[in-house]
Amino acid sequence: MKLLYLIVPLAPLLGAIIAGLFARAVGRSGAHWVTILGVMVSFIASVIVFRDVMAGHTFNGEVYTWLESGGLKLSIGFLIDPLTAVMMIVVSFVSLMVHVYTIGYMAHDEENWPADSLAGTNSYQRFFAYISLFTFSMLMLVMSNNFVQLFFGWEAVGLVSYLLIGFWSVRPSAVYANLKAFLVNRVGDFGFLLGIGLIAAYAGSLDYATVFAKAKELAAMNESVTGWPLITAICIGLFIGAMGKSAQFPLHVWLPDSMEGPTPISALIHAATMVTAGIFMVSRMSPLFELSDTALSLVIVVGAITTLFMALIAIVQTDIKRVVAYSTLSQLGYMTMALGASAYSAAIFHLMTHAFFKAVLFLGAGSVIIAMHHEQDMRKMGGLAKYMPITYATVLIGAIANAGLPPFAGFFSKDSIIEAVHLANVPGAGFAYFCALAAVFVGGLYSFRLVFFAFHGMERFRAAHAHGHDEHGHGHGHGAAHEPHESPKVVTVPLILLAIPAIASGWVIGTMLYGGWFGNAIYIDAEAHPGMATMAEEFHGVLAMMMHGVTTLPFWLAVSGAALAWYLYIVRPDLPAVIKRKSGILATILEKKYGLDEFNEWFFAGGARAIGRLLWKGGDQTLIDGVAVNGSARLVGWFASAMRLIQSGYIYQYAFSMIIGVFVLLTLWMNRT
Amino acid sequence: MSSHLLSYAIWVPILGAFVVFAAGNSRNLARWAALLTAIAGFAVTIPLYVGFDVTQAGMQFVEQRPWMPRFNIEYFLGVDGISVLFILLNSFITILVVIAGWEVIKDKVAQYMGAFLIMSGVMNGIFCALDAMLFYVFFEASLIPMYIIIGIWGGPNRVYAAFKFFLYTLLGSLLMLIALIYLFLASGGSFNLLDWHQLKIGMTPQLLLFLAFLAAFAVKVPMWPVHTWLPDAHVEAPTGGSVVLAAIMLKLGAYGFLRFSLPITPDASHYFAPLIIALSLIAVIYIGFVALVQADMKKLIAYSSISHMGFVTLGFFIFNQLGVEGALVQMISHGFVSAAMFLCVGVMYDRMHSRLIADYGGVVHRMPKFAGFFMLFAMANAGLPATSGFVGEFMVALGAIKYHFWIGFAAATTLVLGAAYTLWMYKRVIFGPVGNAHVAELSDINAREILFLAALAICVLAMGVYPFPFTEVMHASVDNLLKHVAVSKL
Repeated sequence: MKLLYLIVPLAPLLGAIIAGLFARAVGRSGAHWVTILGVMVSFIASVIVFRDVMAGHTFNGEVYTWLESGGLKLSIGFLIDPLTAVMMIVVSFVSLMVHVYTIGYMAHDEENWPADSLAGTNSYQRFFAYISLFTFSMLMLVMSNNFVQLFFGWEAVGLVSYLLIGFWSVRPSAVYANLKAFLVNRVGDFGFLLGIGLIAAYAGSLDYATVFAKAKELAAMNESVTGWPLITAICIGLFIGAMGKSAQFPLHVWLPDSMEGPTPISALIHAATMVTAGIFMVSRMSPLFELSDTALSLVIVVGAITTLFMALIAIVQTDIKRVVAYSTLSQLGYMTMALGASAYSAAIFHLMTHAFFKAVLFLGAGSVIIAMHHEQDMRKMGGLAKYMPITYATVLIGAIANAGLPPFAGFFSKDSIIEAVHLANVPGAGFAYFCALAAVFVGGLYSFRLVFFAFHGMERFRAAHAHGHDEHGHGHGHGAAHEPHESPKVVTVPLILLAIPAIASGWVIGTMLYGGWFGNAIYIDAEAHPGMATMAEEFHGVLAMMMHGVTTLPFWLAVSGAALAWYLYIVRPDLPAVIKRKSGILATILEKKYGLDEFNEWFFAGGARAIGRLLWKGGDQTLIDGVAVNGSARLVGWFASAMRLIQSGYIYQYAFSMIIGVFVLLTLWMNRT
Repeated sequence: MSSHLLSYAIWVPILGAFVVFAAGNSRNLARWAALLTAIAGFAVTIPLYVGFDVTQAGMQFVEQRPWMPRFNIEYFLGVDGISVLFILLNSFITILVVIAGWEVIKDKVAQYMGAFLIMSGVMNGIFCALDAMLFYVFFEASLIPMYIIIGIWGGPNRVYAAFKFFLYTLLGSLLMLIALIYLFLASGGSFNLLDWHQLKIGMTPQLLLFLAFLAAFAVKVPMWPVHTWLPDAHVEAPTGGSVVLAAIMLKLGAYGFLRFSLPITPDASHYFAPLIIALSLIAVIYIGFVALVQADMKKLIAYSSISHMGFVTLGFFIFNQLGVEGALVQMISHGFVSAAMFLCVGVMYDRMHSRLIADYGGVVHRMPKFAGFFMLFAMANAGLPATSGFVGEFMVALGAIKYHFWIGFAAATTLVLGAAYTLWMYKRVIFGPVGNAHVAELSDINAREILFLAALAICVLAMGVYPFPFTEVMHASVDNLLKHVAVSKL
């Protein structure tokens, strides 16, 4: 079995190496075949592992010792339990779909590069190499049994994300976005490293099992220098890492910009998998987080802020990918809230359903973008439903699931989270519950706004194209009509295959949440945080949950959001502009995304440069070199020139000094005691 | 145990250098002779690693015979887990330097290659000398070839840089000479380093000795505020000079701390630890900010080196195994990474004759292979896991958090700062649209350049994925050193 575990991450790695290093030799089709094969092998192996885990076989063991120092043994190893198994399935399945989809999406990638760019010649192969490398990194992250490998996977997915956001490196906006993404994530990693460092210092190990076994001891300690409760300090440190990777307020600023990358990676990395790494990590650390209500409280409040305030921005976005991006932020906020409410299994459940329906939404948006010749502005779309029926149907499924309406997957997971937040007892839970409910309404609104805006109503793309649209120049025989048409099968088949779990994956709620399915993988202090236990008692099957669901507030909030979208974008499409005009400052605040980007650019980026210049010019050049170094050189020079004055060469001056000297010495000698 | 391996490591390159000089005006003959010498020089060091007994803390491959009996000065060589890897690193880098200068150096090729070979032998001598006078001779001798390399093959402002480099380091080491003479007298007439390690010394002399050693070693590391010679030296030095300076020469100071300061003056080391830690953190943070605003790539990497060396001195003076071993790992890793970064800048400089970031932009469109290598090394410089740059920083950070939370906190800022200055530079140089007509005419790296970049890439990745063999070698010696330092000598 251990061999199989190894195959899961290594097969995509091998594919990445072949496609990346031997790009010219294997060619385009060679590159996509070898990487798809690698991910396929990984997916099949994941399924086998999943069945094995279901049969009750878990595994925790070392592959090799990475380092040994100071009594700390750091290894590369695997922990295979239900939590890992579900992540492996999600990651390898979505990745496989995205690989196939990419064949269609990147088919004409050479057009995105300047004609003479050598970087453009193998860009197709390079893209496949990157997404396979990502799959490897993500699998290493979720399969880890220790913090070092976790950190390795954590940073490796960050690296690939960096490479892919900036994939079209000729675009200044893309290479601005990828640097921003990397640096913001590094801020999160800073906290993450401190958390890991505290664990290493006080638990003497970075192995999950050993650390968790000592969790109670750690909870009784205080950090020796700061006096902080140790477990709270550790958990907050780790959570800051999660805030970076899972784009929680205020470290969320990189995710919307990451949409500069090609759409397949927006689906794979910036919606379905990488951004959920933080959610996964906190769930994995449930034995630690459960012991600190302060940390849980921070988690639930940060999640709540992210959920509501990011959803609000989604309403005013006109770029189809950015709408989906802000929706992702909001959904990640839900997952984070669930973590804070000690509903780890609900968070992972939503992570899974979200991975499917958000991948559908992104890939559907990508399909639209292909049809629109790389136009992403919804104001230039409209009425696409009849031209692209499969894309339309799948996006609609994704939107319904995103809005959380039964019987689609999102309903079950989102409703569980809202209920868990309702029952949570940590400080801030009341605020979180309000945000969760408000965000349901907003979620219904922005989800259906996307559907109606892009796929229904006026065919605005005709006017747009009439103005001439040559900047993207897809000069491969589309003719003058610019009639949008359905995307090829490599695009639609993955959409359909992802749409199925976007509908159905919610139905396993009984097993996943209330069947004790996660076993020891997730720990809940049932006495302190009884929410999930209460919910388990009230759960009476999928049908009963749906019947009950349509009588509750969240359902009607989502429906009214959807109805409002229908009214604003189908019945009275003239209204949004009026509302925007009348709401004045409010709309501006949302469109400026609360001004955070400007603030960060001015305060952090500008501030760092100002400090750098101050230290360099003021410290190094003026004080050290100017005063100390060259100053002492000048001092020596001055001293030497003073000495030169004495050495005049006139005998009488020397004789005079000698006489004075003898006289002084004699005086001193005679007056000695 | 009788063996002449260490003598070979020192004298093979030095004697080879004279063969190269003899080749004289024939450029081809000179560089082939230099390459063969460098390879032979590296080959003789391999048995040092293969035959190294990792369970033993003491000196191995010892050679000891009288040199100047009148002053009891000996030709006394030996390596332990702390020093052995640097000899291999040095000999390995020498090969790359020869290859890197293969086509670029057109003037006085024999002298250029010879200077590097001599320097390689001399620096091996520093790492294995166990007689203080022998150490001092090698330590000072290493200045001469570097002075010549900067002064002859350097840039327009080379004379200022060469003088600054020479005077700075010479002043520091003069104080060390006084310390050595004091110890010679105090030990009853011995220059044997291992004897000095056992010497009882009062607190006041310890403090003075520590400061004298600090003057010599802090300049070499270099530590803030005696670092300003380094950016100037790097900017003016030819690529090969920068590589050796960053990869090996900076390590001499750090090595000195471990061989002299800590074991000879343990009480003073503890006394001054807060000072050294503070200077190290200033190096990490202050220099990190300074690196951010550099317009010249070589200066940026030079400042980045100072910042990375701050981690080394920090690791030494928190006195735990994670810290010291992490610092040693960081030294070796920095040897690979800084060498690679300077070689990358060299590759671009050879084509464009500019080091200014503003003169570049969009290099990836003309040099995709090069951009790939440069990306890897930039990431290693930013401390990405699975590269060697991560291992040492991670270990030192863990050690520092264990020692004192706020020290660890300050050190961990390098995660953000290191990434910011490295990747911002990378972005401006490599990404974006093609910056100007000169960039549009660039040609991608040739087989020779791929050879040395790939060699370093393999080292960087191997050490990142599997650092165990490196720390295994250090283990016993570091453990021994820490036990030794924990015992007072008063």
